[in-house]
Amino acid sequence: MAKRRPTVREPRGQHGPAGEDAATDGGQRREFYRRMVFIRRFEERAARAYTQAEIGGYCHLNLGEEATVVGLMSALEQTDYLFTNYREHGYALARGVAAGRVMAELYGRRDGVSKGWGGSMHLFDGNARLLGGYGIVGGQLPLATGAALAIDYRGGDEAVACVMGDGTTNIGAFHESLNIAALWNLPVVYVVVNNGLGMGTTVEKASGEPELHRKAASYRMSSARVDGNDPVAVREAMLSALASARSGRPFLLEAVSSRLKGHSVVDPAKYRTREEVEALRTSDPVAALAFRLRDEGELTDEAIAEIDAEATSAVAAAVAFAEASPAPSVDTLFDYTYATPVPNDSRRLPGQPLFEPAPLPRIGADR
Amino acid sequence: MSIMTYRQALRDTLRTEMRRDPDVLLLGEEIGVFEGSYKITAGLLAEFGEKRVRDTPIAEEGFTGAAIGAAMLGLRPVVEIMTINFSLLALDQIVNHAAKIYGMFGGQARVPLVIRTPGGGGQQLGATHSQNIELYYAFVPGMKVVAPSNPADAKSLLLAAIRDDDPVLFLENLALYNAKGEVPDDDTPGEIGRAAVTRPGRDITVVAYSRMAAVALTVAERMAQTDGIDIEVVDLRSLRPLDRETVVDSVRRTHCAVVLEDDWLTYGIGAEIAATISDGAFDWLDAPVRRVAMAEVPLPYAKTLETAALPSADDVTTAIRQTLASVGRRAGKDIP
Ligand SMILES: Cc1ncc(C[n+]2csc(CCOP(=O)(O)OP(=O)(O)O)c2C)c(N)n1
Ligand SMILES: [Mg+2]
Repeated sequence: MAKRRPTVREPRGQHGPAGEDAATDGGQRREFYRRMVFIRRFEERAARAYTQAEIGGYCHLNLGEEATVVGLMSALEQTDYLFTNYREHGYALARGVAAGRVMAELYGRRDGVSKGWGGSMHLFDGNARLLGGYGIVGGQLPLATGAALAIDYRGGDEAVACVMGDGTTNIGAFHESLNIAALWNLPVVYVVVNNGLGMGTTVEKASGEPELHRKAASYRMSSARVDGNDPVAVREAMLSALASARSGRPFLLEAVSSRLKGHSVVDPAKYRTREEVEALRTSDPVAALAFRLRDEGELTDEAIAEIDAEATSAVAAAVAFAEASPAPSVDTLFDYTYATPVPNDSRRLPGQPLFEPAPLPRIGADR
Repeated sequence: MSIMTYRQALRDTLRTEMRRDPDVLLLGEEIGVFEGSYKITAGLLAEFGEKRVRDTPIAEEGFTGAAIGAAMLGLRPVVEIMTINFSLLALDQIVNHAAKIYGMFGGQARVPLVIRTPGGGGQQLGATHSQNIELYYAFVPGMKVVAPSNPADAKSLLLAAIRDDDPVLFLENLALYNAKGEVPDDDTPGEIGRAAVTRPGRDITVVAYSRMAAVALTVAERMAQTDGIDIEVVDLRSLRPLDRETVVDSVRRTHCAVVLEDDWLTYGIGAEIAATISDGAFDWLDAPVRRVAMAEVPLPYAKTLETAALPSADDVTTAIRQTLASVGRRAGKDIP
């Protein structure tokens, strides 16, 4: 069926140091800045669409984590796998997934990355080897560990990045997974994005060992902590973590940053003190990088404005793409229960009977 | 055809599939060096090595989840969970992940995983080690659940489960491992989602699965002699998908039914079967559908109490007699 869709200028795949002027230090940071701004504008636009009820369910944003996201994703090879949690829009974008398809998923549309079946928390793109955002805290950890097992089983040289929040280091699956990965020498990097909070509970109130990277010690696993507001530092740290993983030594990397807004779009974050909120102003990685690049003469005010405008229009195009994409047809409701068809798979809608009314048996029928 | 035990059928099938497909690997506690708590995997470590027969740490959530992740990348892991009781520690990975991944991501990832696990009481293992909680998995769309009652089905359904691209919970039973039966020599997989009429009969339908389906056959043979009645036995074999047609078709012919289950009655699998019969055969029924199920207690250790709590062949016999008597009363006949 020929259907007109708005043409969207999609960002290119964003793994590797990429970008036309990435050869120099300044060039790399300029490119990182572009990607960070893009995520920032995407998330702000998603928040707006959510408050306008265009997006349903929960919507968790990467605001404040852009440097971590961009630094981590730039370190992955195209063939590496990524498992992450529900706060994953930025990861999908930084992995090079078309912004329109990410936005369309948030809108619950047919062209969404998960065809409208996943929503904000469950983005998946096999080509980008993004093997899922997961809504259950800690759920992705055993899965990522198993993906690394499969790589190892086949003798591949890919690695798996498994991203989680600070609160996730307290769940059983974290410990079971790290133990298994260490025992079996699996090529996986567990990345803790420490934004200081679960939903509203601080790391100090939730974790017996608040220096989260040190939890790796129980499994004799190497670990490190890095400033999550510095994309270059995150990239460097992730590159060495991945090198370790590829050589059969799994790694725990902790990146420390701040969550600029509430846990999800609907959370006003009233539990935060005035001082905390004040401090957040100085821990915005996007603003900080802009200042630095300007101070160091890497970007002019005009260039900064241009990057912003580019991001804003790309995000607008993503929204247009999402809006133009149709809602999934109800005919497809039973298409994804099973991959292998089997008899007697139920296709009943809520009001339908199990059995069509049958002719009554004759009274005194033969028995 | 060869005569062998249920255990042997499982072991041979695992071996066949591992020889056939290098992507098949086994994971579980004590399945390698110890050869499995119930010795299903005996000899497999020696043949296939540690890479394909992996002893895991005691971490049901961790290793079941790892098997799911490995399946997403195309391996075909067969996980052994020592007994179904311990699967509760992996509930999140099975229900929230294995069963969801195909649908939740719009069909982009498959989970070709088999979880083998025995249920069953009667071994004096007490309340935490004697449960039949397959219902928890049979409840969940996205899962497939099979429950073979004899060596032939154990083979054909395990073949089907391993070759299937969806997560399959393969229910075994402690009391069936030594059961003997004829097993076909060829490796034709069975069909997940189909029940079988394992004994045709005219007078009453008995619906069961796993251990109780074996009990049903024994009772049917005996009552043919003692009571001169002709019992039809429907072995569900697959709990999800559920073959309602075969059940209803049988009851429309026999006009009455007794449903057997090893789990608790309230909200149990028998309740689903009874509701199915009510939906599909109400006008054909000559008596209320009767259920035989476990007493609603945490299963006690003491033999007297354990025996009293578990459904037995005698309980089944009584329920059948009472159901037929009620049919007779309704027809104004005097069937004893
Ligand atoms: C098993 C489970 N328990 C509780 C929740 C509800 N929940 C969602 S996010 C969250 C906080 C997680 O904190 P963290 O791991 O630090 O990640 P962050 O949201 O800060 O990125 C909680 C409790 C859940 N989704 N899953
Ligand atoms: Mg957090």
